[in-house]
Amino acid sequence: MTAAVRFSGVSRHYGDVRAVDDVDLSIAEGEFFAMLGPSGSGKTTCLRLIAGFEQPTAGEVSIFGESAHGVPPYRRHVNTVFQDYALFPHLNVIDNVSYGPMIAGTPKAERHRAAEDALEMVALPGYGSRKPSELSGGQRQRVALARALINRPRVLLLDEPLGALDLKLREQMQEELKALQRKLGITFVFVTHDQGEALSMADRVAVFNAGKIVQIGAPEDVYYRPEVPFVADFVGSSNVLPPHLVAKVTGQWRHGALRPEAVRLGDAGLGADGLHATVHSTAFLGAATRVSLDLEDLSMVALLPKGARIPQPGEQVHVSWAAEDLHMMEATE
Amino acid sequence: MSEHAIDPGRRGILPALSDLLWRNPRLVILLLLGPPALWLGIVYLGALFALLAQSFFSIDEFSGLIQYEFTLKTYRELFTPANFDIILRTVVMAASVTIAAAIVAFPIAYYAARYARGKWKALFYLGVMLPLWSSYLVKVYSWKLILAKEGILNWLFETLHLSWLLNAYLAIPVVGGNSLSVSATGTFLVFLYVWLPFMVLPIQAALERVPASMLEASGDLGATPGQTFRHVLLPLALPGVIAGSIFTFSLTLGDYIIPQIVGTSRRFIGQAVYAYQGTAGNIPLAAAFAVVPIVIMAIYLWAAKRMGAFDAL
Repeated sequence: MTAAVRFSGVSRHYGDVRAVDDVDLSIAEGEFFAMLGPSGSGKTTCLRLIAGFEQPTAGEVSIFGESAHGVPPYRRHVNTVFQDYALFPHLNVIDNVSYGPMIAGTPKAERHRAAEDALEMVALPGYGSRKPSELSGGQRQRVALARALINRPRVLLLDEPLGALDLKLREQMQEELKALQRKLGITFVFVTHDQGEALSMADRVAVFNAGKIVQIGAPEDVYYRPEVPFVADFVGSSNVLPPHLVAKVTGQWRHGALRPEAVRLGDAGLGADGLHATVHSTAFLGAATRVSLDLEDLSMVALLPKGARIPQPGEQVHVSWAAEDLHMMEATE
Repeated sequence: MSEHAIDPGRRGILPALSDLLWRNPRLVILLLLGPPALWLGIVYLGALFALLAQSFFSIDEFSGLIQYEFTLKTYRELFTPANFDIILRTVVMAASVTIAAAIVAFPIAYYAARYARGKWKALFYLGVMLPLWSSYLVKVYSWKLILAKEGILNWLFETLHLSWLLNAYLAIPVVGGNSLSVSATGTFLVFLYVWLPFMVLPIQAALERVPASMLEASGDLGATPGQTFRHVLLPLALPGVIAGSIFTFSLTLGDYIIPQIVGTSRRFIGQAVYAYQGTAGNIPLAAAFAVVPIVIMAIYLWAAKRMGAFDAL
């Protein structure tokens, strides 16, 4: 099967800055694909390369097997939901949504009917006559989604679409987006810096760092089985243990990843040969309590369940974990 | 840490005044708007109404004295062929200058708003504003030299062996003449040059407010650059174009120096006003002529509003 989107050795440089650096990538048709990374890691540039707003400096982007080299955005059957929504302020909602069909020359009555259907799909029926400035952030987001979907794109690109929404609305939109994608079967490519969002929505996640993809896989893979310390830290918020610490416990000279909830804290008197840390601070999170620890010059985080004894700042504790919870990574990054 | 939670307040008139203004925001607005409102209200509007009143009087043809009685006779005089010709000529000139200025200004403004950064932006502002720093008369006279028969433009056409082209153009009635400096085309060129900054700056300000993602969204939805220009860029820039056209249109309607120095002997509204209130002493007719640009501008703004030019504001 041909990939919906394929990157072969794609780079995008701005002068000396390598925004995207030799990326290979293949996104399957109908997949919900997330590009995850900190800001400036190249994920948005990759999205813009698919949309056609940028041209690669080297390498090739192809969409459904066809080379996108030199193809302008208006000739690609790919639509984008912008981070700032980019709704046209001089047009009302119905004209915003039916902009694509209007450009394609669809008669007014027909395109307005299609726009009404699209608005219904995003749960905004009857909002057609309003101006974008009269809508809330969540409503604008839905209009932007309807406008991008009305052209029936082969690939839908979403650039941090939930970033400007408050937590509750964001969680609701996550579920709706996922349901919509399953219903329409369109390939979704989703850019985010929020690992929770990427893990909960995507079929596969590509983790970006410094213009490169450092790991690509199912959410469980990148969360439980990080291949490099960066992924362990960024995706799982895991504690990355340096090789000399790992060697002390297991005898292997490799980086280890230890999720905060797997850290066990015990009385300092226990196991004199084990690892000892000083409690730096504690924070009550509701379902759990986060304990920040200083282990030699390493900062560690432990997540203690409700009911566990919470040590006081400054207290000496014994640190341990179940052997199977320590995930071994590559020896070097 | 300070001793009190609330500062006891400093002594003196200025601190007391600051506290008073903070407690009464309306007083601030009054202070801000009061002086200019008085200036505008009494000096400017007063003068305008005095002028308007004059236009409803008439002049006695034998004695040359003003008859202070209400009449529309002076307005009727505006529609005599000779006078109406002046109005028509001025309006056509103002409209052509405005349209040409918009066409020339748009690409410059677009470049400045979208691409120019850092020192290029400074250079843009300098380039646009620089002509405004020098005297208006000096600029107009230098254009007379440029456009004259012995001028640099004629020389350029000769050097390029294109004199026949220039002569053929000058042979066209209405726009042509003996040389560019005594043709309507010359007047048009000087107007275009002198008022261009007033068109560039508002359009640039309007384009500056259009986010790049708006244009990308249009392209993303299938619009070619031409379609994006028509359906997104132009509607969003329109308030700027209208603001600029108010300047170029009204400035051309009222000017009386440029057509006197560069151009034909056929008069414009400004020259008519100048002549009637000066040497001819026909102040009512001069006032009636002066009302014409005001009425035309009012109609123009009303039409622009009807067309939705200010919807994107």
